[in-house]
Amino acid sequence: MKLRVNGSEHEVTAAADMPLLWVLRDLIGLTGTKFGCGIAQCGACTVHLDGAPVRSCVTPASAAEGKAITTIEGLSADGSHPVQRAWTEIDVVQCGYCQSGQIMSAVALLAAKPDPSDADIDAAMSGNICRCGTYQRVRAAVHKAAELAKS
Amino acid sequence: MNAVIPTSRRDFLKQTALAGGGLVIAFVVPAANRFAHAQETAAAAPFVPNAFLRIAADDSITVLLAHSEMGQGIWTSLPMLIAEELDADWSKLRVEHAPAAPAYAHAMFGMQMTGGSSTISSEFDRYRQAGAMARALLVQAAATRLGVAVTDCRTESGKVIAGEQSLRYGELVDDASKLAAPASVILKEPKDWKLIGKSSRRLDTPEKITGRAGFGIDVRFEGLLTAVVLRAPIFGGSVKSVDSKAAMLVPGVRRVIQVPSGVAVVADHYWAAKLGRDALAVEWEPGPNAGLDSEAMRLQFRELAASEGLQVTQAGDAPAALSAATAVLEAEYVVPYLAHAPMEPLNCTVKIDADACEIWTGTQFQTMDQMVAAQITGLKPEQVRINTTFLGGGFGRRATPVSDFVTEAVHVAKEAGAPVKTVWSREDDIRGGYYRPMYLHRARVVLGEDGMPSAWDHSIVGQSILAGTPFEPMMVKDGIDGTSIEGVADSAYLKAVANHRVQLHSPRTGIPVLWWRSVGHTHTAFVMETLVDELAQRAGKSPLEYRRQLLKDHPRHLAALNLAAEKIAWDTSKPLMGRARGIAVHESFGSVVAEIAEVSIERGQIRVHRVVAAIDCGVAVNPDGVVAQLESAIAFGLGAALYSSLSFKEGRVQESNFHDYRVLRLSEMPLIEAHIVASSAPPSGVGEPGTPPIAPAVANAVAALTGQRLRELPLRPTA
Repeated sequence: MKLRVNGSEHEVTAAADMPLLWVLRDLIGLTGTKFGCGIAQCGACTVHLDGAPVRSCVTPASAAEGKAITTIEGLSADGSHPVQRAWTEIDVVQCGYCQSGQIMSAVALLAAKPDPSDADIDAAMSGNICRCGTYQRVRAAVHKAAELAKS
Repeated sequence: MNAVIPTSRRDFLKQTALAGGGLVIAFVVPAANRFAHAQETAAAAPFVPNAFLRIAADDSITVLLAHSEMGQGIWTSLPMLIAEELDADWSKLRVEHAPAAPAYAHAMFGMQMTGGSSTISSEFDRYRQAGAMARALLVQAAATRLGVAVTDCRTESGKVIAGEQSLRYGELVDDASKLAAPASVILKEPKDWKLIGKSSRRLDTPEKITGRAGFGIDVRFEGLLTAVVLRAPIFGGSVKSVDSKAAMLVPGVRRVIQVPSGVAVVADHYWAAKLGRDALAVEWEPGPNAGLDSEAMRLQFRELAASEGLQVTQAGDAPAALSAATAVLEAEYVVPYLAHAPMEPLNCTVKIDADACEIWTGTQFQTMDQMVAAQITGLKPEQVRINTTFLGGGFGRRATPVSDFVTEAVHVAKEAGAPVKTVWSREDDIRGGYYRPMYLHRARVVLGEDGMPSAWDHSIVGQSILAGTPFEPMMVKDGIDGTSIEGVADSAYLKAVANHRVQLHSPRTGIPVLWWRSVGHTHTAFVMETLVDELAQRAGKSPLEYRRQLLKDHPRHLAALNLAAEKIAWDTSKPLMGRARGIAVHESFGSVVAEIAEVSIERGQIRVHRVVAAIDCGVAVNPDGVVAQLESAIAFGLGAALYSSLSFKEGRVQESNFHDYRVLRLSEMPLIEAHIVASSAPPSGVGEPGTPPIAPAVANAVAALTGQRLRELPLRPTA
């Protein structure tokens, strides 16, 4: 099948129902998207299909055909996306494993709601588990990113 | 006073903790290790003053970490210690995990490991000294080059400066490399610190926000296969028969092999391996634990608690005082088995050649990993090269005394005859053992006429996490595992009680158990702090005043308690309508943390709105890092206080993934305000001490709100 990831075309040989997560990680070699639970409970595998956040661990790769797939690697070449800059300013990360998914969820939230309330952040980000408990800083960084995106 | 410290370039000949134990002589900086700098041989040789750093001609300074970065922030704080004494240009710092080698053995535990909230406390001198030693050699090289006295030179931001002249460190690499190590170095006085005590942003952020950070699960190279292992559904079970025909038909599956821990499906990638495993038909011999049932265990533990146990500590005559008393507060506390559930599922990549074994994994226990890999492959430990990747969380799970996930992965690669990455699913993680054990406490306390406890009899029942491990001979004394009783036996409260007694029962259950962020303190703080809160209530005193009175001879407890109380304005403010506050203060890993939680109950569920925390951790090397760890430790403990629990029925773990093994989510995160007690004492633990007080602080707030004393975790208020 043909997949367009971060603007590049990839031809992969995979069963239609192979989750997009494993196609990205094991066949295409983009390992920034993480495996956390395999059942859409933790959000570590969040990527965008045509801008909408999906849990790639339960999304068949065939469902992504013909769509623009964006992964953490496609957000910016140098960490300059407003969400990444906010993450840097607030010093959000700890172990860092969940942060690709956190950032992809935050980017999608801000695209839909450029000025999210705390309740919006609760609704959009509570599907992303962080065992290091960086939630307070994730929340602060989403607000910060909203500011940075405007300036 | 300045500390004058002798240095040495000798490798220190420290045996591992298993062989000897005890304290290593501090203030010894091991020489460079041949593995650590192999990559530079082709380029211009860097200046390698000791095992902990190297400086290259381009001015870059690479710090080698003897400990693993698992979120706790040592990727930043250890380099701060070197950069402080080196007067380095902070923008030139690079960081790497050190290879597994004796030079990087833990200065207190004698083996290379990360745990016990001990990285900064154990490395505070060694890493500063490593930086000071490098600085001394650079200054000497510069003085010679410039024809000035060493005393005419100063250092600043990666340069040696003498009058109008200056030389960058990179320009001095060749000259400094030829010099012998100084006999001693002088460390800066705290008043001269430029980095220590001031917040530095994390150095690992750029990699971790772009997906570039290398975790164990991300290891890829030509020819690497992926395995998943089907393990016995009951601990101690074994394979009776395997039918692998259907598994072998799955496209991408290469082999099905038996290993001591189960049946491994080796495939081209994870998904094929997983489908292959789903297609396996395995018959199991259930083994001795088929009857395991956590409800039944609780009843057994209750009976044990009422019987005579091993005596841990005592003063006066608690039993006599109790039998003479007219009013006794008697209470039972229970906490469940818990999985660590780090976000990165366990994994380990192994490549075995004729004369070497190379391992890539996120590990807290390099020395043990090296030893087990050597044993399985028949190689010498020094032929086993460990590449420590970033850890996607550890919390103790990546430090098993038997190196369980590394052992299994080495067996898989050996049997497969190819390099293999063994990956656990989340279900494998939740059901794979090495849990915080279930504990039951029974306490009986008598209050004197002054309202203060006059007799206290305390019985603890729960599995020893060290019994049966290589650490047992060293860390279990007369049958008493110190990690089972820490936080009770050494409690500041008990010391204030004239008649007290602590007893321990350590039943063996067949369930693999392990340390879990803050270890024994996870249950002992809950018991002690909720019990003292209840005593205060019985005595008709404020929970803050009662604690102050019991802790009057413990200034660090008081400092933390008072700072938290001041910051929440305990005396002058009230929580919003429908909310109440609860306090807890607990010492662990050399630090004291006080937490005050503000809670309400919404639709029968506890809602924690706000937590004000204060820590006394000695010198806070990276204050914002300390604050981040308090936030983290509270979130971790709060998930367990409110939600997490593992149960057993017919030998099997009932929970399997985040839908039924609940952890804290963003919408449940309270606002945390973390404060640091000003201190000039040497640094003490930071990663774990924030966890123990949160469950009792929340339980005490619930009691203040509803009158219900919840004595079981997770906390479940009744309607």
